[in-house]
Amino acid sequence: MAGPMKMRATLAGGNTDVRVLMTHPMATAQQTKGEPHFIQNITVKVNGKPVIEGEMSQAISRNPVFSFRLKGGAKGDKIEVSWLDNKGETNKTETAVA
Amino acid sequence: MMNDSRRGLLKAAGAVAAVLIGGLLKPALALAAWNKDAFAAKSAADALKGLGSPNAEASKGIVIEAPQIAENGAVVPIEITSTLAGTTSIAVLIEKNPFPLAAKFDFMEGALPFVKLNAKMGETSDVRVLATAGGKHYSATKEIKVTIGGCGG
Repeated sequence: MAGPMKMRATLAGGNTDVRVLMTHPMATAQQTKGEPHFIQNITVKVNGKPVIEGEMSQAISRNPVFSFRLKGGAKGDKIEVSWLDNKGETNKTETAVA
Repeated sequence: MMNDSRRGLLKAAGAVAAVLIGGLLKPALALAAWNKDAFAAKSAADALKGLGSPNAEASKGIVIEAPQIAENGAVVPIEITSTLAGTTSIAVLIEKNPFPLAAKFDFMEGALPFVKLNAKMGETSDVRVLATAGGKHYSATKEIKVTIGGCGG
């Protein structure tokens, strides 16, 4: 089961700062005797339009936290972040810019 | 007669369903692109080749903010800003990790070339950041010393 996600999006200096937390073991091959379990893809969308696509490895820390910065933005813009891991599990969260 | 046409209908329905499922799955797979060659590389040089940029030019336009000494290799905060005009992607490589490529981000219209993440480091290593701007590749490095490694148990 995919654990909870948390996200905050705030206007700062004319841009939008997005900080997102994902609950995930991000287990390395070393920790699991060759059965790593980690998030491979994340997507950030603004009002349904993709703006950032990320790919990652098992070297990202457990329960990943990312900060991103979006150009401009307005109160109420819908920010969505989703992830997909190497076992096909997925989760997403949505928030409005405050 | 009746049976024949029902068979035909079933077959036609099956074919339509197969086409629909195929069509639905493809976009999902396309979105989930993961550069296996680059991520499975065991040396920074191979990972850079996998990313298609073995000869990036050193640049001061890439700013790496990270502690000089990371006490806990399991959580090393790294903040990257590219000031290069038209930056479309940023990749982070931890040169001495078993798999050096840690992450790569593509920035589209609406996003600024900035990311902060937490990475695991097995030992003291150069962290190399690769940025693509205007179709050209640039890189910068910063050494981070690690007192306790963070890739194993």
